[in-house]
Amino acid sequence: MRRKIYEIAGRVLLYGCTAVTVSLLLFLIGYIFLRGIGGINWRFLSTAESVINGTVGILPAIKNTVFVIAVSLIVSLPLGVGAAVYLTEYARNRRLVSAIEFASETLAGIPSIIYALVGVILFCTALKLQKTLLAGSLTLVIMILPTIMRSTQESLKTVPASFREGALGLGSGKWHMIRTVVLPSSVDGIVTGCILAVGRVVGESAVLMYTAGMSMAMQNFSIHRVTGASGATLTVALYHYAKENADFSVAFSIATILLILTVLINFSASFLGRKLGRS
Amino acid sequence: MQCLFTLCGLIAVGFVLLITIYLVISGIPAIREIGLFRFLFGKTWAAGQGQYGILPLILTSIYGTAGAIVIGVPIGFFTAVFLAKAAPKKAANIIRPAVSLLAGIPSVVYGLVGMCVLVPALREWLHLPAGDSLLAAVIVLAVMILPSIISLSETALEAVPKEYEEASLALGATKLETYFRVSVPAARSGIAAAVVLGIGRAIGEAMAIMMVAGNVANMPALTRSVRFLTTGISIELNYSQDGSLQRQALFSIGLVLFLFIMLINAFLNLVLKREKET
Repeated sequence: MRRKIYEIAGRVLLYGCTAVTVSLLLFLIGYIFLRGIGGINWRFLSTAESVINGTVGILPAIKNTVFVIAVSLIVSLPLGVGAAVYLTEYARNRRLVSAIEFASETLAGIPSIIYALVGVILFCTALKLQKTLLAGSLTLVIMILPTIMRSTQESLKTVPASFREGALGLGSGKWHMIRTVVLPSSVDGIVTGCILAVGRVVGESAVLMYTAGMSMAMQNFSIHRVTGASGATLTVALYHYAKENADFSVAFSIATILLILTVLINFSASFLGRKLGRS
Repeated sequence: MQCLFTLCGLIAVGFVLLITIYLVISGIPAIREIGLFRFLFGKTWAAGQGQYGILPLILTSIYGTAGAIVIGVPIGFFTAVFLAKAAPKKAANIIRPAVSLLAGIPSVVYGLVGMCVLVPALREWLHLPAGDSLLAAVIVLAVMILPSIISLSETALEAVPKEYEEASLALGATKLETYFRVSVPAARSGIAAAVVLGIGRAIGEAMAIMMVAGNVANMPALTRSVRFLTTGISIELNYSQDGSLQRQALFSIGLVLFLFIMLINAFLNLVLKREKET
């Protein structure tokens, strides 16, 4: 009898809690789409906010987001891949390896509001970048470094030792071997790392709100003005519309776009991950 | 070439040192001026009147995190057991990406839904003057830590050797008894790590709860408007003047939060290391 109760209670808990999790997600997606999809059209995506024309467009936010993604990846990618190469190919000193791995885990665990503070002190004030997209992107470089490092490292580890031995046996130098054999065969992992990093950047708001500004005006990205560009990315724009303007229909439309981006990012990362697992 | 790669490797260490040093340097002056005891245990935070006591913020962060853990851990734990052990393969293959999608949704989106659904609902159900409260923040946090708890516990449960479970089944235990009395105890340090990670996530979240918690620095109570350590920083960071005591006090809050996080991380490493050894 007691066993039977145990059995039933256990089953109810397992299925019930899973149902809660799944229905939470379904509710979130359904609710956001329902309230947001109506506001999305070409004009919404391709214009800036203008009181005179009566348009509420988010093109500046889209451009700012792309800019922040590009800059943070360009800086972080070589650093992260380089660090991973060092850890798997060169490192001899075990102490140093564990120090670097500990540092990377620490960076991954620091909450974004702390990064915001550091960005404000370091990039905006000490390096005199002011509140600009550049300062925001550089702060994000530190934040996404562990993501790129870890996923590159994972995929470098899966490159068989025989590849390395073969290249070295044919007379290749170490750097030549890494460049022509090791890195090309782990490109999947590097790309996965980049996608995950893009996901973090797209979803980030606290850092950018305080280091990159909240303006919704179109920015000038031409080469000599780029350091002065300052504005809101999609997430910051969402916050701005929801909390400061109380314009929820625009906020939900931005949320819908963010949700679609999240789905795309997740799917491509897991697709690549699976491909990586097979090879 | 080796030099260059070593440099890249050292950069992560450099960043951690940089962050630590900068936070300490900019966090100390305000604490010195206010007094450590009055800063940590002062009951009022009112920047306008020069009162900088962060006890309400600390307590709110602790209560809020505890609440999120109390709600989120059981749900996450049972979902993980279901996914790792009981679910048919097809169902698990659909639910797993759903969980990682939940992890990828930006925190402002959680905040937005919380603002538009949860806050008005709480106001109606509990007959409050305003729904922005600790309770709303706790619920949002519980949802947000769910995916990390699920995926880490699931990984731990899947690593349990098949032989343990087969032995238990062969001795006449039902499947469920096996899951809960054999698999879960065998995976307990991984599950503990999942809970600690959840704590870290919850205590560090800022944007989502800034949108639902009301942000008044009250002593915490479930239905009151409250301010967390994280939101204590974020609410005033844009308005405080550079170099003012208020701005410096915000950095001090950052230092306190950083210490909390480092403590949790050290604990997490300890748990994970123990798991590796067993």
